This record gives sequence, C-alpha cells and structure tokens, in this order.
Amino acid sequence: MTRYEAPYGRDIAVVAFAQTCHRRRSDELSEVEMLMPVLHQVLEATGLRTGDIGFTCSGSSDYLAGRAFSFTMALDGVGAWPPISESHVEMDGAWALYEAWVKLLTGQADTALVYAYGKSSPGEVRDVLTRQLDPYYAAPLWPDSVALAALQAQALIDAGEAGEPELAGVAARSRRAAAANPHAQLQGEVPRGEYHVRPLRVSDCPPVGDGAAAVILAAGERARELCGRPAWIRGMDHRIEAHALGVRDLTRSPSTRLAAERAGAFRRPVDTAELHAPFTSQEIVLRRSLDLDDRVRVNPSGGALAANPVMAAGLIRIGEAAARIHRGESDRALAHATSGPCLQQNLVAVLEGEADAR
Amino acid sequence: MPEVLRAPLVVEFPFTRSLGPVQSAFLTGLRERTVLGVRTGDGRVLVPPVEYDPVTAEELRELVEVHATGTVTTWAWNPAPRSQQPLARPFAWVLVRLDGADTALLHVLDAPGPDAVRTGMRVRVRWAAERTGAITDIACFEPYGSEPAPLPRAHNGSFPRTAAGPAAEAVTGIVAPARLDYTYAPGRAQSDHLAALAERRIVGERCPSCRKIYVPPRGACPTCGVATGEQVEVGPRGTVTTFCIVNIKAKNLDIEVPYVYAHIALDGADLALHGRIGGIPYDEVRMGLRVEPVWHDGARHPDHYRPTGEPDADYDTYKELL
Repeated sequence: MTRYEAPYGRDIAVVAFAQTCHRRRSDELSEVEMLMPVLHQVLEATGLRTGDIGFTCSGSSDYLAGRAFSFTMALDGVGAWPPISESHVEMDGAWALYEAWVKLLTGQADTALVYAYGKSSPGEVRDVLTRQLDPYYAAPLWPDSVALAALQAQALIDAGEAGEPELAGVAARSRRAAAANPHAQLQGEVPRGEYHVRPLRVSDCPPVGDGAAAVILAAGERARELCGRPAWIRGMDHRIEAHALGVRDLTRSPSTRLAAERAGAFRRPVDTAELHAPFTSQEIVLRRSLDLDDRVRVNPSGGALAANPVMAAGLIRIGEAAARIHRGESDRALAHATSGPCLQQNLVAVLEGEADAR
Repeated sequence: MPEVLRAPLVVEFPFTRSLGPVQSAFLTGLRERTVLGVRTGDGRVLVPPVEYDPVTAEELRELVEVHATGTVTTWAWNPAPRSQQPLARPFAWVLVRLDGADTALLHVLDAPGPDAVRTGMRVRVRWAAERTGAITDIACFEPYGSEPAPLPRAHNGSFPRTAAGPAAEAVTGIVAPARLDYTYAPGRAQSDHLAALAERRIVGERCPSCRKIYVPPRGACPTCGVATGEQVEVGPRGTVTTFCIVNIKAKNLDIEVPYVYAHIALDGADLALHGRIGGIPYDEVRMGLRVEPVWHDGARHPDHYRPTGEPDADYDTYKELL
C-alpha cells in the first residue's frame, strides 16, 4: 500500500481514547471528580504526563449543571501548573478536537489532550437546551430538544422517508449493539414506551445522563511511538445550517453532506460510521446525507441512543471510531458530531488505520 | 463517606436584547396584530423575518405584510407541557407557513388532541389579549378552515394609530426572562468538607504527589492533576495574608460597611481561603494578623474571623501563600 499523502503537510492521529461509564446521575462526584479518571486513562495509555502535552482543549457547557466557569474547575484535573497552553469551547468536545487538530496542523504542537464532560443530572436538559435557541423568535416559547426533534421526525414521516417501525428499528439495533459496550447507559431491549412528544416515543430518544471522555492526538512519528495502530485523521470539516428552523428542509442535512465532502469521506468507502444521532429519526437523515448503505457498520457502540452525555457525546463518536481502528476492527471510519436543534451544526471526520500496522 | 449533599439552585436571568430594524418592525407588528415578513433578493418572503439572507448574507430590508392564516408544514404532539411553554394543556408544536410567506414560523397549536392535527391543515393566529412586542404576542395558532390567501402586501414597517395620526412607538428591544432550576450536588470532596464544617471542624485534603493541603478541597490538586483524598484537619487559627476594605454594601447582605474581606491561611493549609474579618476596627486589620473563626448556631460556615490576640505572624511564614 502506498503511504497516504498528508493534505496539510502533517499527519495527525487519535492515539488514545477513554470514556466514563455513563450514568443517569452522579451526585457523589463533582465535574472534575467525574472527569479526572478518563484524563488519567489516556495519559497512562500513552505514557505521557500533562507536562508532555503540547496543547489542551476542552468542550463543556456551564448551563448543563448551572455552574459558572465550571471548565476552570475541571482544569484542576489536568494539573495546569506550570502554565499549559489551553483552550475551551462552549461546544461538544468534537469541536475542541477540531481546534486541537488545527493547532497540530500548524506545527505549534505535536501532541494534544482533548476532553469533554457533561452533567445533565442536576438540571432539566430539555429546558436547558432551549437557551441555545434564537432568543427573539424561538427561545421565548421554550421549545425543548425532544419537541424540535419530533417536528423533524414528523417531517420525515410526511415525506415518506420513514415510519414509526423504521424508527423503532434504529432504536432496537442501537441498544442491541450497546450490549457489547460496557460504557453504555442503555443496553439491550428497551421498551418503545409512550409518546414523549409524538411521533417520538421514549425509545426514540437518548437517555439523559452524566459522562466524560478524553482523547489524545499526536502528529507524525510521535503518533507511531505512542500507539500501535494510530487512527489517522484524513480529513475533518464542520458546517452549519440556516438558523431558523422554518427555513430548513428538516428531512435533509446538507451541512453534514458538505462537511463529509470536505473531509474526503466519499473518496473511498468507509467500513464503519459513528453517527451522533441522539434521536432515531436523525440517524435516518444522516444515513441518507452520507450515502451509508448496509455494508457500513453504523454505531457499533450503540451511539447516542445508548449514552448521550451532552457536550461529550460527539467527541465519543470520534473516540469510538478511533478505538475500532486501534483494535484493528476498522480500517476506515467516519465519525460525526452534531450540535444544536435538529442537526443544526455538523462535524465529520474521516479516520484510517494503516494496513501494515494491523 | 458522609451522605451526598444536595441543595436547590435557581439560575435566573433576564436578557435585555436590542433589535435590528427588521426584527423591530416584526415585533412591533405583532403588538399591532399584524404579521410582517421580509423579501429576499430572489423574491422569497421569510417569516419570521431576519436581517440578513440566510443563504447569500445579503442585507434584507423590504418588508411585506403576510396573512394571519396559514398551513401547518410539520407538527409534534406534546402531551405534557413544560412549565414555561406557551400553553398549560396538551398542545401541538407546529411549523406554520403563513399565507404569503415562503418559510415557516415555529409556534404552538391549540387543538383538542393529536387526531385533530395533520400536516397541511389550515390554521390562524390567536392573538394574546395583552401584547408587548414579542413572539408570545401570538398566543398560539388555532384550527381555521379557510382557503389560502397567498399574496403578501408591501408594508413600510410603521403603524399609525389612526389613518392620519402619528405612528405607534416601535419596539426596539426585548427582555427575555429565563429561569433554570437545578439540584446542586457538590461532589465527594466538598461534601466531606461541608460535613466536617457541620461539626465545626475545617478539613482540607492533601495531594498525594506534592503533599500540599488544599482547603476547601475540590477533589483534585490543580498543580498535579491527581485526586486528593487524605483528609487533614487544619486551623482553626490562621493568618491574614492579604485583605481588602469593602465600601459598597451588597444587596441582601446585612453587614455594615466598611468591612474587611481577607485571604486567610489556616494553620497547616497550603492555600489561603477567604472570609470576613470582624471584632477589630476595619482600619486596624493588617497582613500577618492572627485570626480564628467565629461560629453562629445553625450555620454551616464560620460567620467571620476575629483576632486571636497573638503576636502577628512573620512575613516569611506566609509569603508563599500570598
């Protein structure tokens, strides 16, 4: 196999990934107490210490647990003294990973620690997420995350793209797959339940819970030293839809499509896709936007329907895809993360393992 | 391990936001029971209107009036309304394309049940009795069988009270109140610290790596990035390392100004905590002053710290804790 030509002059890989066992509540742990073990796991996996890391970037939201500047408290778990090069995004950790990837591409750092955490249990996440919406026309109505996803699901049903049986099929397949994932919050058979917001039933919606995840990125030879089979990031891009829901065709995700094109996802088929689809209907939208057919293993981890720690669930998709490559279970994987209502903003990364490193 | 502590936490904040010219006309219009849209360069009418074209980013200013009747483009039945949503009884979330508009508006539909709702159904605006210039001036939509009335009309964005009279004052901003309710749990280290405080003991935690004792502990050594766990009782006496004189009375705080707020290095601690200094005139507080906590019945924390009467501490004994 010919060696891949790095499009930006530098190869960057995911070399380690760790996540918590996601749970409905974690009252006995502060955010940093919940996060610290996964930071230690990725450092131990690579043999690195905080002082060896060139750049640290995190993703979280203070609104989830109602704690101002919680990300500064979380930094206690990193050990940020002597002062480290550090950044934070008030977004899912997948976007923190994007920032770290760009930092490494510039050559300013050779390694990066990326982490994300979210504790939804202290608040009502359906209410909390309304505060991210347009403050003039949408937020005053308090349309919660399930309601907005349900509007999208009904649009999909009206368009003849899916029915409730297809949605139930996505739910069942995801939770079945999660039975092999010790970190998942929901596993195995989950009853379809009542309508949460019709047409979405309880089983079409993600569990609410707390969790954290961490990833280490490394460039070039450093990645080969730190990991037996690095998961090379062949491309990554993120795009956003129009702000107003009523302007969009909710049955399509053109931003996902464009991000995937820009990330090079269509150059060769992928064998695995980790899609950040918190609602069953969103997986159907994403599959179509990405031309994923039955030859692609979609969400072997169970996806966000099995565990959805808000702000970390997107980073976990990249981590799960990378971990499959590390283990030799995938050679080329697509990872997707989303943010905002009805798949408003989407990130796509393409990861590969080298054949001779299996 | 003591029981996990929990306490209600309310985060409440009114956001005051100014409006651009298009948003201002739209919300003024709602107050005057008129729905305005904005026309894009390619002739489409956006409702609700925006200041810039979502595709081309072109500045949009051409207002048109659309109808208060429209068609549901998608819907979702909400059997259990949440407290701050527009209707207290079960309702449908809807996207409605108003007659004359090319895009849909998010709102709610008052309908007897999900069987009465379908995509394509005709609805009309039900105006709120009291209108202030907000999206909630539309109380909700209601079913209304009518033929579509598609043509929008030009509108100049001003609303005369009478045919010849001056225009009504435009809405130029909104105040968006928000309240989020939480149940706060401080986690393992802080729960332990608070449990000890209830017994009037001040307990910090030692870093297993650098051996520093943090009080109050947060569960991790911020220098080493490792969990603290070994509990060490510190104080109760300590040394003022630095201080400030507070001259502005805080709202809801029953303390006369001026008073002194200080960093206090409790004996045995490697990090100063902060507290109020009492029992001494404010202008006699100094670096190195030796202090001890004063507890009030039923309180979880020391009310303040007061001088112990000991000689002042040498600067060298606390200079690393400044």
